[in-house]
Amino acid sequence: MQQIINFVIRNKTFLLFLLLFSVSIALTIQSHSYHRSKFINSANFFTGGIYESANNVTSYFDLKTQNEILVEENKTLRAQLLNGLDSTETLSSIIDSTTYNGRYKIESAKIINNNYSATKNYLTINKGEKNGLKEDIAVITSKGIVGIIDNTSNGYARVLSILNTKSRINAQLKSSNHIGSLIWNGKSSEIVQLTDISKFAPVKQGDTIVTGGQSSIFPQGIPIGIVDNFVLDIGGDTYTVDVKLFNDMTNLSHVYIIENLDAREIQQLESLIDE
Amino acid sequence: MRFVVLILAQALIFNHINFMGSVNPYPYILFIVLFPANNNRTLFIFLSFMLGLFVDLFSDSGGVHAAACVTIAFARPPILKFAFGMIYEHQNIKFNNTEFGNRVIYFLIIIIIHHLILFSLEVFNMSNILLVLKKTLFSSIFTLILCILISVLFSNKQR
Repeated sequence: MQQIINFVIRNKTFLLFLLLFSVSIALTIQSHSYHRSKFINSANFFTGGIYESANNVTSYFDLKTQNEILVEENKTLRAQLLNGLDSTETLSSIIDSTTYNGRYKIESAKIINNNYSATKNYLTINKGEKNGLKEDIAVITSKGIVGIIDNTSNGYARVLSILNTKSRINAQLKSSNHIGSLIWNGKSSEIVQLTDISKFAPVKQGDTIVTGGQSSIFPQGIPIGIVDNFVLDIGGDTYTVDVKLFNDMTNLSHVYIIENLDAREIQQLESLIDE
Repeated sequence: MRFVVLILAQALIFNHINFMGSVNPYPYILFIVLFPANNNRTLFIFLSFMLGLFVDLFSDSGGVHAAACVTIAFARPPILKFAFGMIYEHQNIKFNNTEFGNRVIYFLIIIIIHHLILFSLEVFNMSNILLVLKKTLFSSIFTLILCILISVLFSNKQR
């Protein structure tokens, strides 16, 4: 017994190092599984508050560009209004579905922290549970998709960016209905990858990629980007497509949060089928 | 005091530099680098862990920074010995009084170890080892320059 205690005292720095190191490794591994990184995230009261007050200052610096983006969006919306809702235009599908049957609830929010240089990027927005936000709600801008909310606190929410190697979003070609899943390989903040597109799909450079209707999170037809490059997989059955994003992920400020009010119903139905 | 300032600076400024797309410096490890050498090691390792954990909180990265910080805090004495040789034996280094060349070597070793652990845990994928090395290289150079600049700037003030 004496020897054990002596051993612990002699090696206490090493043991402490080992303990703390394994704690941090455990946190790292935990953060890799979706929905389980509850403890360490930037959407809590403390870090959210600091980010918000910093953002109150820094948001003035790019007011001009953000204004231009808003004016641009207003222009598009006004053009659609005057030309009588043309349902093939981008963005109109979002507006249609809200007015038709009220399936989607739209909320605006502001990004108070944006990361895009790591391989697992998250954004923090200034709306949270008190605004009715939950996990698995879509976040978009006027140009295209941003990500999915994966963690909320009372006043803030963390968004899993599409620039995150964990992100997986159902997407399709705009011209045909071939679907695939959108992932990111961590290399460039402008390019994401669309995998599992059938080799029979008519993929062309410059084609538009939109979200697919198969997920209960994103409404169908929200723009993502255009085809930059595509290769046939080694197996020869599917294409992997490089998609150039419409959004400049490095310069985001105002976002829209789209909640699918039927999501729970759809998920319940699908879980019934699984069993 | 330095602890809080460095964390806030890291979270609000240095995480958003994104030089050439994705190169970010991590000068918050200056806290570990410049910590008085003759202090209690247990406390030092624990403080390093807290430092890393707070940076993790702000940058949503699980426990990546904490792991890297704890490792360099643990590995610091041998590195000090290697970089400064005999002076370290006297147990009372003043970083302001050491030779510039020695100091650069010391910074460099610590920064490279830190960044290597940081990025390999962050990517967490052996097949992307080239990406890890590339990120380590560029960020290390950036961090080194910043660390030297900051330490030179602030050491003059203290005299």
